Amino acid sequence: MGDLAISARGLGKQYQLGLMRYGYHTLREGLVRAFRSRNGSQPGTHVLWALRDVSLDVRQGEVVGIIGHNGAGKSTLLKILSRITEPTEGYVDLRGRVGSLLEVGTGFHPELTGRENVYLNGSIIGMSRAEIRRRFDEIVAFAEIDRFLDTPVKRYSSGMSVRLAFAVAAHLEPEILLVDEVLAVGDAAFQRKSLGKMGEVANEGRTVLFVSHNLAIIRALCPRAVLLDHGGVVADGSTDAVLGQYLRALERSASTDLVERTDRNPRGWQQTKVAAVEVHTPEVGEAGIAISGAPATITVRLTEALPGIECRLTLVNSLAQPVATLSSEDVAPGDVRESSGNTVECRIDSLSLVPGRYRIDVLVRAQREIQDGLEAAAFFDVEPGVLGGRPVSAPSTSSEGDVAIAHTWRLPA
Amino acid sequence: MVSATTETSAGRGAITVRLEPTRGFRRLIGPAELWRYRDVAVQMAVRDIKVRYRQTALGAAWAVLQPVGTMVVFTIFFGHVAKIGSQGVPYWQFSLAGAVPWAFFSNSLLLGSDSVARNAALVSKIYFPRIFIPTATLVAGLLDLAIAVAILLGSVLVAGVDPSARLLVLPLLVLIMFVGALGITAGLSAVNVRYRDVRYVVPFAVQLWLFATPIAYPSTLLGSPWRTLVALNPMAGVVEGFRWSVLGTAASPWNMIGISALSSLVLLAVGVLYFGRVERTFADLV
Repeated sequence: MGDLAISARGLGKQYQLGLMRYGYHTLREGLVRAFRSRNGSQPGTHVLWALRDVSLDVRQGEVVGIIGHNGAGKSTLLKILSRITEPTEGYVDLRGRVGSLLEVGTGFHPELTGRENVYLNGSIIGMSRAEIRRRFDEIVAFAEIDRFLDTPVKRYSSGMSVRLAFAVAAHLEPEILLVDEVLAVGDAAFQRKSLGKMGEVANEGRTVLFVSHNLAIIRALCPRAVLLDHGGVVADGSTDAVLGQYLRALERSASTDLVERTDRNPRGWQQTKVAAVEVHTPEVGEAGIAISGAPATITVRLTEALPGIECRLTLVNSLAQPVATLSSEDVAPGDVRESSGNTVECRIDSLSLVPGRYRIDVLVRAQREIQDGLEAAAFFDVEPGVLGGRPVSAPSTSSEGDVAIAHTWRLPA
Repeated sequence: MVSATTETSAGRGAITVRLEPTRGFRRLIGPAELWRYRDVAVQMAVRDIKVRYRQTALGAAWAVLQPVGTMVVFTIFFGHVAKIGSQGVPYWQFSLAGAVPWAFFSNSLLLGSDSVARNAALVSKIYFPRIFIPTATLVAGLLDLAIAVAILLGSVLVAGVDPSARLLVLPLLVLIMFVGALGITAGLSAVNVRYRDVRYVVPFAVQLWLFATPIAYPSTLLGSPWRTLVALNPMAGVVEGFRWSVLGTAASPWNMIGISALSSLVLLAVGVLYFGRVERTFADLV
């Protein structure tokens, strides 16, 4: 294999999607099916290729970002690489010890203390007892929980347990590290610390495969990126080039008929689906254009009207960093529910975004169940405008932020 | 490691693993692989023990209450009301010596058959030999068993039974029981991943099994061909062995122990082979 750490050839993973009455198979159904299949018919099953014909080489010490939208096959790829599930076809050669951080805190037991969970979790994710003992103090110091070390984890705040879990995981020292979306944990300070730690790991010459929705993090950590779509590799190269292609693909999918899209939130019941999302500004005739400081309306058209519809809109900047979330679940006195129609309307009095291109991620619930979710359901451009009497113009660098705030100054004469 | 997921040492001590589709028994996990993940096994057993003793208000008392409760009820109804013979020893001693191993066996089946599904979060997120999950549940049960055995020995000593060298057989009996229980539990926990209604069947099956095992009655009630046949139930030999070893009931039950040991080994082989065969699909099903 030369200096390759990961070498995959024609990797594919197929899932059987059966119709299961109770969400799982029962022995009774199994027996009935065994009896029926003797007569040749096997009703209610179809197959889904979550991954198909993926070939990928990663050299030792390379840090590679894996991007793609929901259902593109990112998680399936990591599950195969971490041996949780077997490929249906093809093969992958892994050279070196593999460690995976597929979800922080997996294996934490609420009844056990922080100390006990460090040992349990550490050994489950692949550290030896001696290794954990050696790095125990470091882990505890990183998590900032030393006072609560002998308290059961069930009494921890969610922030504390997440910090502890990340600390354990971050001190794992495999030759190949697989990371899935773990950085979105804790408060801002801890996130910065985690990001720094991941950067360190990446610089230590370890091979890292990094799955994240946060393109800014991918850009900061990974020189190379791989774009997956519908279970296949569609782009592989320098992160800037691949991100560019990804963003263009996102825009294309936003301009296609939303009902036809297949990259929907996998947990959605889809009794109603998002059919169209548009941004309007009263002074502008054209959809998809808004003005800083001016009113704006986001409309979400659904395929069906269900009782108890709630809608959550996340505005995301061009680096895939969320800027703000508007949620109908946090009720305000001005909210109105109408008995007819299947359109959700969100009115913004004064848009406090700086000029730039943004996208909208939509999540629709009805009676607390997720019905449908779409990332990049629409894109819109914010044009320069006036907020609180002050002009808002395009930021000159990306480090100036995305939010415009109405304000006044008092200055010495 | 077996052929399918071959590991070879290549340069600088790095291990190369090939992951590819496997069929049938080709992905059975070998001893080397199990040894490499031994820390997980230890930690999971430790977790199961700690959780068991911390979560229940009764803690260690539960380990005692179960066999003692069974003994009390059996003594009242089978001993005094139905007047079932007890091989020349007081009926309470006779039934307690049976109830103690039975408590381990029945708890193993009840907790173990659901264990893989209960640990779905782990199974779908992390790789380690899955057989450690049911094994850890059983190992945790051994502590309960040790406490219950101590109570059994203590109470019959106080009642005036002389201890003898026969007690040295107890570890062997526990091993036979553990092996049989692991085989059954591994098989059931694997089936339960695909067919979740198995966990509703198990409590009922365990109840029937209790009466099919000579706990409330002596196996000598059965005629000679039947007695041998009953020993195919691994618990029959174990229970008879416990009585002989602790209480010195007349006939030495080596026949039954031998048959039960063989049947335990067969159960272990069947259960663990089946588990190994289907374990690769667990993450897709839980």
